[in-house]
Amino acid sequence: MKIVKIREDNCIFCHLCEVACIVEHSQSKDIIKAFKREEKPIARCTVEFNYPVSLSVMCRHCDDAPCIEACQNGSMHRDDRGYVVVNPETCVGCWMCIMACPYGVIKRDTRRETWGLSTKCDFCPDREIPACVEACPNEALTLEEL
Amino acid sequence: MEWMKNLKSYVPPSFVVERDDYRCIRCKACVEQCSFDATFYDEEEDRVWTWNANCVGCNRCAAICPTDAITVKRADPSYRYNHNWSGHVDGLKKRAIFGGTPVVSMGNDKPYPIYWDHMLLNASQVTNPSIDPLREPMELKTFLGRKPDSIHVDDSGLKTKLAPQLELDIPIMFAAMSYGALSYNVIESLGRAAKEMGTYYNSGEGGLNKDHYKFKGNIIVQVASGRFGVHKDYLDVGSAIEIKIGQGAKPGIGGHLPGEKVSETISETRMMPKGSDAISPAPHHDVYSIEDLRQLIYALKESTEYKKPVAVKIACVHNVAAIASGIARAGADIIVLDGFKGGTGASPQVIRDNIGLPLEVSLAVVDERLRQEGIRQYVSLVASGGIRNSMDVVKAIALGADAVYIGTAALIAIGCTMCQQCHTGKCAWGISTQDPHLSKRVNPDIASKRLVNLLEVWALEIKETMGAMGINSIESLRGNRLNLRGVGLNEKELEILGILPAGE
Repeated sequence: MKIVKIREDNCIFCHLCEVACIVEHSQSKDIIKAFKREEKPIARCTVEFNYPVSLSVMCRHCDDAPCIEACQNGSMHRDDRGYVVVNPETCVGCWMCIMACPYGVIKRDTRRETWGLSTKCDFCPDREIPACVEACPNEALTLEEL
Repeated sequence: MEWMKNLKSYVPPSFVVERDDYRCIRCKACVEQCSFDATFYDEEEDRVWTWNANCVGCNRCAAICPTDAITVKRADPSYRYNHNWSGHVDGLKKRAIFGGTPVVSMGNDKPYPIYWDHMLLNASQVTNPSIDPLREPMELKTFLGRKPDSIHVDDSGLKTKLAPQLELDIPIMFAAMSYGALSYNVIESLGRAAKEMGTYYNSGEGGLNKDHYKFKGNIIVQVASGRFGVHKDYLDVGSAIEIKIGQGAKPGIGGHLPGEKVSETISETRMMPKGSDAISPAPHHDVYSIEDLRQLIYALKESTEYKKPVAVKIACVHNVAAIASGIARAGADIIVLDGFKGGTGASPQVIRDNIGLPLEVSLAVVDERLRQEGIRQYVSLVASGGIRNSMDVVKAIALGADAVYIGTAALIAIGCTMCQQCHTGKCAWGISTQDPHLSKRVNPDIASKRLVNLLEVWALEIKETMGAMGINSIESLRGNRLNLRGVGLNEKELEILGILPAGE
């Protein structure tokens, strides 16, 4: 299984991982339309900053994922690829996964139709390389075999 | 942040940042990347704004913008054109307003003649065969150091004892750029690339961080007038020792590392207090003559048990041939000639733009003089200062250089856009800064790969050109001025360069 390795030594705080994540999870997958025309999705990675440290944090897809444990109806589950994902069809927005996540990387959706449902990194199922990894200009996020 | 310009200190901006508001998605990547406070985000207006006066034209914002919304343009202040004065007005105003002489970085940017572009190379046709470097072996290996007058060989091998030599797989080395002027990551990248390519990088005058001792075998250590960070371990780590007498960008004056760049680790490496300016004196205070230089050369040779070649680096100045002859006689193994287009991390503008000689001319006269005096074999010549591409390397070697140093070219390879702000320590590309957050912008994994790519491509280009000339070893090109022809040069220039005009 491959994971996104975070290298804080290389993070330059440009937020392009967040931008790429938003575009990837938008309807149009077009950067300008996603930001200017659509109700834009929330970025599933967050760039943290405390001078001089900065790093992008997204779901670590834990082996013993506390969010799966905390989910009351199995919406938070492990998919065929082995990544931890949430099923928006069944999620009730109780936010227990958000409470349980040790990394604080599960967020509440801000779009009207899916408001309040848990949103998290889905490891870009439509892509070979996750959007954040591809967008990072300084190889601060790299795709590596676990 | 200044929100209003003030006539009292107004100098027209050098650049204008144009932002296509339709394409701007307010991701604020440019705001974070601008280290000169030229770009900021106004939350209330939801707009990204630019303070053009602060823009240095480094193009970091344009490069990072994911929607290509930014164009940085040169501002053209609409003063009435005056051939005599235009280009001097702002500089004059700055001096009058701020009461100081402007400090600049990088190399001379004035339109002096570029002799490289007035020299053409030869190629083989019919009467002698050209060589295909993809099929035939081509030799770029170079040895720098004192060569004997003659050698004695018997059945057991070489009988003559050779002086210590530097072995280069490719006749290109990374020029002296100190840790202090450059960030830790850049030095790391240069070191890794030098190691991979079998060449050397020069520590510069700022000493050597303990972490970089791992590059032993690929380092030339520098001893400059400030003697920063010079101690026994430092000399031991170097494969050669370079005494820096002068630098092409600032002949006759010493170095100046602004206090802002003297961080904790720099102060440790340089053995000086944190935050204080690192000022190298203009002369070495123990070198006031060739005889003194000889003492210093031998002091360094003695302390390293005569195992390392000693190089002397001088800026190209009017009397360069005679000076080089003196240096060769003083016992140096390598002479580094730094032309007036060489770069710097900080130099007064007047010095950078008006002092020195072109490298091409100096190289030609030094090589010629040393040959005439019969001492050319005692020293290797390294050309440095404004080597821009592989053909400059070939032409330099044909003019008599043994190898070249590249500095600016190496920095450009890892991101530099030559905005000439090295002295501010705010380099937005993370190259010439000690800010721990900014210096992360150079990732040694990426940067060293780029440097290796650059050297590999240049090596291939050099081999291609040599092949075209029918030469299969760089040794046969060295000082081979018959392979050069001058175009657009007058008779005197051709005579000094020692080359024939095109057509002869």
